[in-house]
Amino acid sequence: MSHPNREQLDALAQEQLAAYGGRKLSVKERLAIPAQDMPTQDPAERVLNMSEVATGYTDAQVVVESLRCLQCANAPCVKGCPVRIDIPRFIARAAEGDYAGSVAVIKESSMLPAICGRVCPQEAQCQLTCTVGKSLKSIDKAVNIGRIERFVADWESEHHARKNPEIATPTGKKVGVVGSGPASMTAAADLRRAGHEVVMFEALHKAGGVLVYGIPEFRLPKSIVQEELDALYAMGVKIERNFLVGRTAKVTDLMEREGFDALFLGTGAGLPKFLNVEGENLIGVFSANEYLTRSNLMRAYDRNKAGTPLYGSHKVAVFGGGNVAMDAARTARRLGAEEVTIVYRRTDEEMPARREEVAHAKEEGVRFLYLHAPLKIVGDEKGRVSHVELITCELGEPDASGRRSPVEIPGSEAMHEFDTVIVAIGNDSNPLIEKTTKGLDVNRRGNIIVDEETCATSMKGVYAGGDIVLGAATVILAMGQGRKAAKAMNAFLADGGATA
Amino acid sequence: MFTILDKRKLSAEVFRMEILAPNIARERKAGQFVILQQGGDYAERIPLTIADADPEKGSVTIVFQAVGEATHSLGMLEPGDAIENVLGPLGQPTHIENYGKVVCVGGGVGVAPMHPIAQALKQAGNDVRIIIGARNKDLVILEEEMQAIASELTICTDDGSYGRKALVTEPLKELCETWKPDLVVAIGPPIMMKFCTATTRPFGVPTVVSLNTIMIDGTGMCGGCRVSINGKTKFVCVDGPEFDAFAVDWDNLLMRLGTYKPQEQEAHHRCHIGLQIKEGEA
Repeated sequence: MSHPNREQLDALAQEQLAAYGGRKLSVKERLAIPAQDMPTQDPAERVLNMSEVATGYTDAQVVVESLRCLQCANAPCVKGCPVRIDIPRFIARAAEGDYAGSVAVIKESSMLPAICGRVCPQEAQCQLTCTVGKSLKSIDKAVNIGRIERFVADWESEHHARKNPEIATPTGKKVGVVGSGPASMTAAADLRRAGHEVVMFEALHKAGGVLVYGIPEFRLPKSIVQEELDALYAMGVKIERNFLVGRTAKVTDLMEREGFDALFLGTGAGLPKFLNVEGENLIGVFSANEYLTRSNLMRAYDRNKAGTPLYGSHKVAVFGGGNVAMDAARTARRLGAEEVTIVYRRTDEEMPARREEVAHAKEEGVRFLYLHAPLKIVGDEKGRVSHVELITCELGEPDASGRRSPVEIPGSEAMHEFDTVIVAIGNDSNPLIEKTTKGLDVNRRGNIIVDEETCATSMKGVYAGGDIVLGAATVILAMGQGRKAAKAMNAFLADGGATA
Repeated sequence: MFTILDKRKLSAEVFRMEILAPNIARERKAGQFVILQQGGDYAERIPLTIADADPEKGSVTIVFQAVGEATHSLGMLEPGDAIENVLGPLGQPTHIENYGKVVCVGGGVGVAPMHPIAQALKQAGNDVRIIIGARNKDLVILEEEMQAIASELTICTDDGSYGRKALVTEPLKELCETWKPDLVVAIGPPIMMKFCTATTRPFGVPTVVSLNTIMIDGTGMCGGCRVSINGKTKFVCVDGPEFDAFAVDWDNLLMRLGTYKPQEQEAHHRCHIGLQIKEGEA
């Protein structure tokens, strides 16, 4: 596959800009502009480093891509965005080269555009409903809303144009935010803006949640997450790390003893699921959480400097088809594994991972073995993984969720050679807070039950949002919940705690 | 940051440190542990049992053996220095009640985490007998503290340089035969706990062990510490660290501890040079 480099893509955009720029375009002309490809590092080079794969649009590219937007009056894209960013308006500003104005529009609705522009599954959200994509009969031809969002957010950061929001007069109220992932970061900012004292509690030694331990550097540079945290510091949010709510202090201790007037619980879904097959505890079997935490949070990928060791892998099987599976597989490639295989029970079509990440994984030499399910993991005499027994599946009838379930084909069992297994089949909620907090209602799956409008839990003054409520979902949904909860909490606190 | 209030060298490679950590000191119960990270962004997170705590002073005490890079660099710190990250208390507390007659067995540096448990058992009204095992005389730690708790204290060394020349399983077997304890608690190297389990099993004496597996976060989010308990996967950091010894798959546990052996040996060699500990001294 030829790999167009940044200069080539920019030159193409310059030509298009010369043809289209500076005059009012008809719908037909706009639809004729080709979608701008994202410049990326060359696959052969990038598997040798941890740097970001997608390098971002050039100035010419972002303008050309923005010109593709038809500025639909009904803006179906906005309905596809979980936090309802005014997409046509920010794209119109970007098309004029007014990047500061563009990012200001986004920030009316979204706190973390540099992050969401990178990690949102746009093809399932805003870009799914884009009129351009529909007219051209291809989701791949929809306006690349996420890439434009990312560009203007990066522009703001590179030009130090970031302004901290104004903080209202101190209210004298103290609010705790448990967890420091995207839901909590958003809630903390909105609560602080309203003038409350805000303390964020994080169990790990670094804040940021899945943005720092889960999503790898090559997809989301940690400097971007740090910038968001720095902004929170600058606003006066205190961050208490090494504080595990439920153990270091209980929810009730924070409310009754430490004088918190309200709490937001944004602890996520971080409990890894395993396969429950024979041999799962052999040496060389990892949860994706462990594998990624070692590499990302503990920086084990930097072998000369890191104290945290990494398992020496050559032939890796990754079970699962979500973004976490892609991240683990691509990390394994970068850590030197010669052969990495995604093993998925269904087919390419059902895979929940972002299309872009699947394409990147394929370019990086990750193999895909569809319609296969693990039966057992086999080890050598030292207890190290040597083989995995897989069975072939076919797709059956759609289940309740509308997905076709895999059905195992009897007699199709076969042994496959692997020395490492990474399990990426999803996460559950960590039960610690639920178990240590009386009066906090959770559902059968351990997710905290909240009021849909306010994110209020069954405990007065305690709100919750993000994956701990939704189950493993997306960054933007977590953010949206953080924002919704903060709004309700601000009302609750303004009311002197009367509205519960 | 967590300031080191006091540091003592208990033996050639074993250090005791008192750390200012008021939140942990207030909440911790016998059997719980902390995860500690020190030495910058690239440093490892390591689990260490809380050997003691003083809620009034706001301090917790850890005892550790300098066995790898992280514990060696910790051993270089002095009172007044600070440890960047200490998370805790973690894990389930020991279930303490009046069982009657209890034998506590501690091997090597495992004697330190044994201390608060033995103390709590004694306070709950148990008659506590204690067996301490060490490779040699220089490695025997906390003898006085244990003497204060135990109605009978037996010290064993591998080379006979102090106390009885025996493995801890010898006196343990004798006590099972003659004294008939109601509970045995064993903490030490996994191989010692495995053999303690084999010793008490024929007598049917309920036996509790505190497992020391590989850990990263210590909060249940990775499963690096998982063990097989009665054929079911459990996470030592949240479901443990203590388990019914008869339910543990010891062979799997011992195997899994060897996951990073090649990397650890290399690092061990490097840091011994740093602490100027001679090979074979500890």
